[in-house]
Amino acid sequence: MRRETLLNIVLFALLPATALAAWMLDEPFIITLATKAAILALAGVGLNIALGLGGLISFGHAAFFGLGGYAMGILASHAQSYAPLMESPFLIEGTKSMPVIWLVAIVTSALAALAIGALSLRTSGVYFIMVTLAFGQMLFYFTISWPAYGGEDGLSIYVRNGFPGLNTLDPLTFFGVAFAVLALVLWGAGRLAKSAFGLALSAARQNPERVETVGLAPYRLRLVAFVISGAITGLAGALFADLNRFVSPTMFSWQTSGEIMVFVILGGVGRLFGPVAGAALFILLEHVLGGLSEFWHIYLGLILLLVVLFARGGIVGTIAGREVAHD
Amino acid sequence: MSPILFIEQVLNGLQSGIMLFLMAAGLTLIFGVMGLINLAHGSLYMVGAFAAAAVAGWTGSFVLALAGALAAAAAAGAVIELLVIRRLYDRDHLDQVLATFALILIFSESTRWLFGSFPLYLDVPAALSGPVRLPGGILYPAYRLLIIAVGLVVAAGLFALIARTRIGIQIRAGEADREMIGALGVDISKLYTLVFALGAALAGLAGALVGAIQSVQVGMGEPVLILAFVVIVIGGIGSIKGALVGALLVGLTDTLGSVLLPIFFSSFLEQSSATAVGSALSSMSIYILMAGVLLFKPTGLFGEA
Amino acid sequence: MKLKSLITAAAITALSAGGALADAHGGKLKVGMITTLSGGGAGLGIDVRDGFMLAIKGNDQIEVVTEDDQQKPDIAVQLADKMIQSEKVDVLTGIIWSNLAMAVVPAATAQGKFYLSPNAGPSALAGKGCSPLYFNVSWQNDAFNEAAGAWANENDIKKVFLMAPNYPAGQDMIAGFKRFYKGEVAEEVYTKLGQTDYAAEIAQIRASDADTLYFFLPGGMGISFMKQYAGSGVEKNLMGPAFSFDQGILGAIGDAAVGVKNTSHWSKDIDNEANKKFVADFQAEYDRLPSLYAAQGYDTALLLVSAMGKADVNDAAAFQAALEEADFASVRGKFKFGPNHHPIQDIFMREVVKEGDIVTNKILGVAATDHTDVYGAECKM
Repeated sequence: MRRETLLNIVLFALLPATALAAWMLDEPFIITLATKAAILALAGVGLNIALGLGGLISFGHAAFFGLGGYAMGILASHAQSYAPLMESPFLIEGTKSMPVIWLVAIVTSALAALAIGALSLRTSGVYFIMVTLAFGQMLFYFTISWPAYGGEDGLSIYVRNGFPGLNTLDPLTFFGVAFAVLALVLWGAGRLAKSAFGLALSAARQNPERVETVGLAPYRLRLVAFVISGAITGLAGALFADLNRFVSPTMFSWQTSGEIMVFVILGGVGRLFGPVAGAALFILLEHVLGGLSEFWHIYLGLILLLVVLFARGGIVGTIAGREVAHD
Repeated sequence: MSPILFIEQVLNGLQSGIMLFLMAAGLTLIFGVMGLINLAHGSLYMVGAFAAAAVAGWTGSFVLALAGALAAAAAAGAVIELLVIRRLYDRDHLDQVLATFALILIFSESTRWLFGSFPLYLDVPAALSGPVRLPGGILYPAYRLLIIAVGLVVAAGLFALIARTRIGIQIRAGEADREMIGALGVDISKLYTLVFALGAALAGLAGALVGAIQSVQVGMGEPVLILAFVVIVIGGIGSIKGALVGALLVGLTDTLGSVLLPIFFSSFLEQSSATAVGSALSSMSIYILMAGVLLFKPTGLFGEA
Repeated sequence: MKLKSLITAAAITALSAGGALADAHGGKLKVGMITTLSGGGAGLGIDVRDGFMLAIKGNDQIEVVTEDDQQKPDIAVQLADKMIQSEKVDVLTGIIWSNLAMAVVPAATAQGKFYLSPNAGPSALAGKGCSPLYFNVSWQNDAFNEAAGAWANENDIKKVFLMAPNYPAGQDMIAGFKRFYKGEVAEEVYTKLGQTDYAAEIAQIRASDADTLYFFLPGGMGISFMKQYAGSGVEKNLMGPAFSFDQGILGAIGDAAVGVKNTSHWSKDIDNEANKKFVADFQAEYDRLPSLYAAQGYDTALLLVSAMGKADVNDAAAFQAALEEADFASVRGKFKFGPNHHPIQDIFMREVVKEGDIVTNKILGVAATDHTDVYGAECKM
């Protein structure tokens, strides 16, 4: 068994083990933290498809995270107040059902990713980084100044949305839901990377000319990857909103884009389980350091810096070695 | 809107563009020469403003405060170049973004640890505190005219530095071919430290100048950092001329957008919703401008592919 | 580092007291304080916390758990979960910002926890979203603005120029002012949230024929605006709610703020024993002048202590009744709760003055007597 496979199994087991231990010790807050790690890891897995597989450094994934969150917020707030979303030409009601909300979140963010990607992919390098940032900022300022859904105050949903047959109010059950989604997406992302599409995408990252001579258009490969990536991050946004029972424009801020990127880089760019390791470590640091000092950001910054400078390939890369390094 | 007021608003737009240029010039210089995305540029701007406020507090002299800001930002720039940044030149943009993001966290909280959580006091010098009357009867703050003057001097200085001096030749050679100038016997690592410190000093100067009419507080660097990135991307990364043009474009769009859009919408919407829609759109306007420019010129106005 | 030692001392007294009283929850009470202690908005949270800790100094019946929300709503929500689920606190307090309060308060009260707001009073929580367990010890967001509108009517202000950032609190502030103000509005301008340069707005103000500028620009936005306004040579009356002219901010604006009129429920020169003691003790403890946020933190703690003397927190109905009595000597002088658990209090008009080298506020008069909010009618509890 390869070292990375072994590590992946450990990483995969880490979150449910933590949640179960916390459940047995009656520490519900630790379960909440594990849930948060699973959801943020999911956002990272989404970004990693664009970033690791496609080589597309998106600094605007907060746009999809936020759209997913607002899909949840808007649908649930309408269901909460029994006011339909629209009445003509046809009736659309709000909903408190997670599967419906997820579907809406995925479709909305996929469409947004299609539009943003189609425009942004005309550029490359630093320009791509910055133009994706620009789209994120547009949505951020739009949600702040748009009064219908709370503006900067955001939207509170008083009761967590439901999943047929499950009591999502129970922290462990909700963790189970989030983790199952993460597992499913990880499986899909693993398959994607090994599929013909994934291989072509990887090839387009390393050598676009060669891909073109084979008759594939790198632009279209990248656009599809960007859409899949955005849709997964949007799904994570909907789950994150459900974890907090709250959405706000903060989800659209450039710091959110930066944080999702941090999970990926911290864990290891292009590694399937990189975002899981990155998100888990980030939340652990936030939790532990936050209790140590008012100025804990200094320590967080130092640790991030040390990882970039001396642990190339992130956590997974350092532990598993560079045997399947992407570059 | 009266013509005088319109002219005044155009002037305001140009002036805010010049302020942005001071910030963007260092950023684009560092990118052009070393190929480095430096998110911590905003932190150097903050260092400049805090150093200026501290020196002004001790000595009461604005000139000394500016000197202190330049020195502190250049020193901070040199130190992080030697310790961190030089390890990032041959890394990809991703590592650079994360490492300099980490530097922001360290700089911000260290500054708060040193100076406390409350905004600091820094004021314009008494001699420049009032308005002056421009031709046409426009009253304009004297200090803002100083900022315009400094911005133009810096722009001219940078053009001269790059076009006429020995360092400028080395910088241009380095942009074109990094190995080549190493082979020619130029100490490239020293050159890079120097360029980085110069860029940092420019950010520090901007922080001190702008800090006198804005709030000197932790986190002041981030909003202006994002704007500066918008500027250099519009202008074409690495181009000083592009930074100047981009800055003026952004300044004008932002200022005139916030003034004209509510008026435009009030011609067919009722007052309160016109104000709301106009303000919302104007806060998005520069990002729309940037996306628009990149769609037609994917490497910015003056950038090379 | 006086602060740290204070917190440690409080923790140690709490621990030792906890040992002695471990068997009975008795009169003891655990407070969860979620406030902003890092980043650009940290000054406000630190003041609330320091005011609160000052009031309970030496009180071994109260244990306080403090956490930093980083001014992020999602972090605040998670901290509230932690406080409720793991720390098992009895009372929550500390939040500075309306948007964070909206994220935390409904969920906290739904889980049966008391919440005392030491700052921020979004209208939803005063009206339809009110709760028997939610007590606002500061103000409803509109209060200072309504009082300013009333004051303007009586002080010969005929035409105003209104300015606020384009977000819900800004829109509420403007609406609050207009609700009471009867004169003419020359123009209404919404700025970008976090805007730093106000040259364009100042040009509009100069061109306007308004006699007074009424504006709400909290934090750094206010500092930037005031400095730039001072250099512009425009000379209109300036007026606003106290948030841009509080002690923590005045130091950064300096002389440029002198003469500005601002409305507040508290000022360090309110003449009563409680306030004198508070101002003196705060300066002795922390070596700086207290701000209105510190005063609110202090009052919040006094309210809590007064209720603890009357009822056990485990008897929610009795504890709620004890809080409703508001039987404490507020640093504001008069203080009582309306039926929606929001304050009925006097709002003062203050003017920024220079006392020696220090720029600070002085009371001009009362802008609104026994002021209360307009949302109470929608509150059914």
